[in-house]
Amino acid sequence: MTVTTPDRVAAEPVEATAAVVSPLRRFWIEFRENRVAVAGLAGCLLVVALALLAPLIAPQNPYDLTQLDIMDGRLEPGSKSMDGMTFWLGTDDQGRDMLSGILYGIRISLAVGVASGVLAMLFGASMGLLAAYFGGRVDTLIMRVVDLQLSFPAILLALILVAVLGQGIDKIIIALVAVQWAYYARTIRGTALVERRKEYIEAAQCLALGHRRVVFRHLLPNCLPPLIVVGTVQVAHAIALEATLSFLGIGLPITEPSLGLLIANGFEYMLSGKYWISFFPGVALLLTIVSINLVGDQLRDVLNPRLRK
Amino acid sequence: MTVFLIRRLMQSVVVLFVMSLIVFVGVYAIGNPIDILISPEADQMERERAIRALGLDLPLWEQYAVFLQRAVLGDLGRSFAFSTPALQLIVERMPATLELAIAAMGISIAIGIPLGMWAGFRPESVAGRAIMAGSILGFSLPTFWVGLMLIMVFAVHLGWLPSTGRGETVEVFGIRLSILTRDGIAHMILPAFNLALFKMALVIRLTRAGMRENLLMDYVKFARAKGLSTGRVIFVHVMKNIMIPVVTILGLELGSVIAFAVVTETIFAWPGMGKLIIDSINQLDRPVIVAYLLVTVSMFIIINLVVDILYSVLDPRVRLKEMKS
Amino acid sequence: MMMLRPGWLLAATLTVAAGTASGADLTIGLGGAVSAMDPHYHNVATNNMVTRHIFGRLVDQDARQKLIPDLAESWKAVDDTTWEFKLRKGVKFHDGSDFDAKDVVATLSRVPWVPNSPSSFAIFTGQITETKVIDPYTIQMKTAQPFPLMPVFMSGFAIISDAFERAPTEDFNSGKAAIGTGPYKLKQFVRGDRIELEKFDGYWGGKQDWDKVSVRQITNSAARVAALLSGDVQIIDQVPTADFARLKKDPNTVVSSVVSNRLIYLAMDSNRDQTPFVTGKDGQPLAKNPLKDVRVRKAMSMAINRPAIVDRVMEGQAIAAGQLLPEGFFGTSPNLKVEKFNADGAKKLLAEAGYPSGFAITLHTPNDRYLNDEKVAQAVAQMLTRVGIQTKVEALPFATYAPRSSKLEFSFMLFGWGSGTGEVSSPLRSLLATYDSKKGNGPSNRGRYSNPKVDEALEAALRTVDDAARQKLLQQASEAAINDVGLIPLHYNINNWATRKGYSYEPRSDESTLAMGVKRTSR
Repeated sequence: MTVTTPDRVAAEPVEATAAVVSPLRRFWIEFRENRVAVAGLAGCLLVVALALLAPLIAPQNPYDLTQLDIMDGRLEPGSKSMDGMTFWLGTDDQGRDMLSGILYGIRISLAVGVASGVLAMLFGASMGLLAAYFGGRVDTLIMRVVDLQLSFPAILLALILVAVLGQGIDKIIIALVAVQWAYYARTIRGTALVERRKEYIEAAQCLALGHRRVVFRHLLPNCLPPLIVVGTVQVAHAIALEATLSFLGIGLPITEPSLGLLIANGFEYMLSGKYWISFFPGVALLLTIVSINLVGDQLRDVLNPRLRK
Repeated sequence: MTVFLIRRLMQSVVVLFVMSLIVFVGVYAIGNPIDILISPEADQMERERAIRALGLDLPLWEQYAVFLQRAVLGDLGRSFAFSTPALQLIVERMPATLELAIAAMGISIAIGIPLGMWAGFRPESVAGRAIMAGSILGFSLPTFWVGLMLIMVFAVHLGWLPSTGRGETVEVFGIRLSILTRDGIAHMILPAFNLALFKMALVIRLTRAGMRENLLMDYVKFARAKGLSTGRVIFVHVMKNIMIPVVTILGLELGSVIAFAVVTETIFAWPGMGKLIIDSINQLDRPVIVAYLLVTVSMFIIINLVVDILYSVLDPRVRLKEMKS
Repeated sequence: MMMLRPGWLLAATLTVAAGTASGADLTIGLGGAVSAMDPHYHNVATNNMVTRHIFGRLVDQDARQKLIPDLAESWKAVDDTTWEFKLRKGVKFHDGSDFDAKDVVATLSRVPWVPNSPSSFAIFTGQITETKVIDPYTIQMKTAQPFPLMPVFMSGFAIISDAFERAPTEDFNSGKAAIGTGPYKLKQFVRGDRIELEKFDGYWGGKQDWDKVSVRQITNSAARVAALLSGDVQIIDQVPTADFARLKKDPNTVVSSVVSNRLIYLAMDSNRDQTPFVTGKDGQPLAKNPLKDVRVRKAMSMAINRPAIVDRVMEGQAIAAGQLLPEGFFGTSPNLKVEKFNADGAKKLLAEAGYPSGFAITLHTPNDRYLNDEKVAQAVAQMLTRVGIQTKVEALPFATYAPRSSKLEFSFMLFGWGSGTGEVSSPLRSLLATYDSKKGNGPSNRGRYSNPKVDEALEAALRTVDDAARQKLLQQASEAAINDVGLIPLHYNINNWATRKGYSYEPRSDESTLAMGVKRTSR
């Protein structure tokens, strides 16, 4: 979704004078000004590549119980299994190769984080815009629901949802969307309330443009900066939240652990010096989230029309 | 303004009603608390007696009707596990959580806003970049992990601070506070910092974003052109505009800090509401869960109201009468 | 509690609520939560272990759950349906009043009365049909049937003073009615946080080692370990297996452990013709429920490498199990040995039973109830999958898991059972006796296992007052149930405590953490 936004921004009449270079290319030129952000992008691409290629490059399928042996449990990094395989990052308590576990874990964490983030943003932003643009009863109704929603502690909501729906990735995604969408709605409404008063919206309305056009072509792009701030926060947050749910015992099924679950599993071994069980997944998680956040940061700076030089 | 308030309050009652219904049905769907509460050695007769004693033999709608009837009179039911009025349990625990939440907010504002302003004012400087990198880390580390690291480093390895619990408390007007004793403050530092970390990162980012945007605004150029000092421009004019998103988010976050103190309180064995709700969820102590949610929702509604009012004060373009409907 | 004190606006009181440990003070870090100071309110291990400091019982259990005299000096069966207890003389309550038979009568009257009790102690008194006070220090209890377990049941609940026969739970929590004969007085109960106790100088059993005891509830296990390492508490219970080795090596801490009365086992839906979570490997339903076949159950038991689970998952903090309680407990059979791991034998048996290529099954497990519950389940799944029974693990919070399993929604379940009485009759009756709500049999028999041989021997045992004869019958019942694989025993947990250096704890098989058992070994 973030990839398509530059076109929208560039389509703003204000920018028409600079449209000699193609918008996408100019976006890239601006983006690469920040080297850290480029490194972040590289990190993101690496993480995505690892996630997609996990079944091909992982030494072991960590979900196939016939490939695990608890006699290989909690081996140090570099140890060899009983049938001669090397565990470069050690094994967890079930004898699962940590490297394979992490590769597959990235896949699940990323899928959960991105899917829930995108769904929550789509839903939440639409709701927030509707509320701000139409005001009145629509606003009241939506914002009451938002209040209701935000007053639920995420953990209780998740526990109820997981109990009613059962465990599984799709259920966790539903729970995370349910927990997050209201933040987007609330944030975009706040900005949109201010934007709505501005002349360009009034002008658009005077031109008798359709509601949808005014909302999505004019109001939305101008509300993007805070939405991207929140969006970056939230995708990263979604991954961390999923880890927290796992920590509290209501996350993903343990047989197919995400990064969060790997950390949560290994955490009890931290004090006893078996650092690798939670340390390496922790590093992978950090790498993933930091990369996403770095890219998000730069995207925000580049996409903000008011920061254009 | 009055009309706005009255409407808001009426809406809130509806929200509370819907909430209680959802939670009631939701908790009912999870399972039967009797399985957790009862001694495994109990036989079937004792089991049925206990179910009757807790009123769990009635159909759901009847249980809810009984609850509503009493709730109108201010009685939110008795805890299954403690046999104490649920509201009393929560009120007992509230000071601990509020104290922690306020300390956390204080820490995040006191550290977050100056850092954020600096990062926004000098975004390309080493310090500015370092602050942003730090804030990214603040987001990236899961709270439970940070909490454990804090305990491991500061309590276990260095032995500077106590690991868990609330420490010595002082009773002021019947409320137990730990902020007034040395021991209490020592116990509070780690959990408050743990809880503050995420908010701090948020404050830094919001302040920085606001700072950068505002510095490019015409009014800043105008103020500078008028010959105002940089300090005055930033601390008077820019700061006022930055405060809008920061106040909104922090207002929202105070509610969530209180509600989400669950993890921090669990790790640091902090005897607040968050720990109570987790224990209650684990035991399916429905009266406490429902009462807890009603209390947090009420708090949240009040916070939102205050935020909306503050909003109109800080940004005259947003008028309350526009939100009235 | 304090906030609601009337007139709190007027009286600004400044009092220091908690002191730090020093001298002969002891702070205990408890892994469980305590819900009340009323000893008759909630029959749950954590409450019982704390109220034990404050209240005495007629009969006590020692560290290995052997019965020892407490407020009753001796007891005997006068005839088949009458038990007589001789009470101890010269015992004082915390308020200075004397203990005698009227307090026992008041207690027996209060136990079934307590309102809103989520788990009543009446299960220990329900068998009594009549109580006769012979003299102030002799009391007789009659039952309708011969009742050999009477002394054990008398160790199940606390004796209160007759002044508080109808005192509500609140009065115990506030301390007003928490007047017992135990070695410690209740000073303050801060719900969800800690319990403050103080030495009772008039205790009949002599001087105690600690002036003040503070019991802190630290339910998070890492936080509990950290509190011990940083010296905030002097003893913790429920040491996580992962930290055991480290604490053992640490020069500042001492660990103590003993095998517990808690069995971790697998229950199987062995009574219904169709079971919800068993299918062919292709996901198609099977013609019949394979778990009904004793050969399949036997094969599953043989496929499990118990020493590997004990060694790897439990890190040595468990003992492989071959029956319902560890050897030495009353009613265990010397003939029952731990099932030997034999994957080939398991495959052969499966083929014999008509499942040469196995089947698919889901193992349900709680993930917050027993030590390493979901990890053990995963290891079991691994082992069963290797012999062809493709096993999926579904872990649920106990709050969801328990009600669903009671509704018989599962096929294959992991559970634990701690025997409060220290007798094999407890797990036999609850887990393996044919489900019968009228007789109170099989309340936790979630696989609805049924075997007339087990029922017969058990019922006879429960009517036999003579200990030697009863032991024989219980051994027979155990053998019948285990040889028929009515459940698959995995291991007995080991109870662990860790103390700071200079302190020691006498480990208890009933998982209780008592200040009375903590000793100072050096300064």
